[in-house]
Amino acid sequence: MTNSIHDMGGMHGFGPVVPETDEPVFHADWERRVYALQRAMGATGLWTIDGGRASLENLPPLAYLAASYYKRWFLGLERRVVTHGLVGKDEIAAGRALRPGIRLNRKLSLEDARTMSFAHFDRPAPGPARFKAADRVRTTNINPPTHTRLPRYARGKLGTVEAVRGCHVFPDTAAVGAGENPQWLYAVVFSGRELWGEEADPSIKVSIEAFEPYLVPA
Amino acid sequence: MPADDHTHDHGSELSEMQLRVRALETILTEKGYVDPAALDQIVEKFETKIGPHIGARIVARAWVDPDFKQRLLANASDAVNSLAGFDPVAAHLIAVENTPHTHNVVVCTLCSCYPWSVLGLPPVWYKSAPYRSRTVIDPKGVLAEFGVSLPAGTDVRIWDSTAETRLLVVPMRPAGTEGWSEEALAALVTRDSMVGTGLAKSPEAGKEEAAG
Repeated sequence: MTNSIHDMGGMHGFGPVVPETDEPVFHADWERRVYALQRAMGATGLWTIDGGRASLENLPPLAYLAASYYKRWFLGLERRVVTHGLVGKDEIAAGRALRPGIRLNRKLSLEDARTMSFAHFDRPAPGPARFKAADRVRTTNINPPTHTRLPRYARGKLGTVEAVRGCHVFPDTAAVGAGENPQWLYAVVFSGRELWGEEADPSIKVSIEAFEPYLVPA
Repeated sequence: MPADDHTHDHGSELSEMQLRVRALETILTEKGYVDPAALDQIVEKFETKIGPHIGARIVARAWVDPDFKQRLLANASDAVNSLAGFDPVAAHLIAVENTPHTHNVVVCTLCSCYPWSVLGLPPVWYKSAPYRSRTVIDPKGVLAEFGVSLPAGTDVRIWDSTAETRLLVVPMRPAGTEGWSEEALAALVTRDSMVGTGLAKSPEAGKEEAAG
């Protein structure tokens, strides 16, 4: 979902930021396992990173806010393995496998984990970039019921293209299984006043990484 | 307690989550989807090998080597991956430089995108609702909560990580570090200074810490 609780930019009321001194990487052993399970299951290629994000965004708002970060990851992963037919609900309830697994095309090996290769999201361009640095653009005002990476606070706003980032997998289609549909990506910068009104601090600028379908010439 | 992302895991939640996660790991292992040894390896990597010390070395190199800094700012992934003695970093890494005129801050308002290949996993505050909601609208208020106040006349530039590009802030080199070795300089580069919620340590603060 797009206009969901995860899209937090500009909201009030969450209180101060509270940094923790000498924070450990993980706060409990189960967080370690959730992190590793998430990466290992992601490596199967059964869903995209965007599909993974979408499943967290689809958590009910109260559950999203109430859960700690890794608990959200766990809830999303548990949901995903069931919806992809990897695990039965009865198995989740039983806490053990009741049937053999289905065959996977890819599985993260110990060697893969050792070498930890990085995912690439850049793709060959289907055509020339529509915009270049210094172009004035307006973001579209979209409210799709599905995943998008155009935050609410930056919709329908006038900005300037600052950099062309190359052509990348388009999250809006990748998340719903509609393909990678590569799109040009740009850094687009907005003044604080364009985003937040005349009262905003004039010394502030905010940029987003915007896919070409989010932009029209201005 | 504010509606923070981070619920400390005490008592019942700990045992409930411990049990639920263990059950899921058991099921995924029994069905042949995951290899527990590979899981252990991932955890070990993020707890012992990948962390902000990597980013700190990159920043220190940029401080002492203008040619490298130029390449870093042009294409950070290529610049770092061309260096001897550094492990490869992820694609799509972008370095942005703090100057006396502009201070950069990185956030991910939609989730938790973070340059983990150079900084390790993000701290809880980076993933929290207060940081994600307020950084784009009240960055100076957020910086104040980190004890950072910028000189008047400094512009603040927020980078919302809304795609797979990953941002690394190159903080300003502290005064009084002329002639320092790369290694000594790297010790002044904190994680927060590479996210933009902090500044590099002064030579005095660096020494106190080393002595303390």
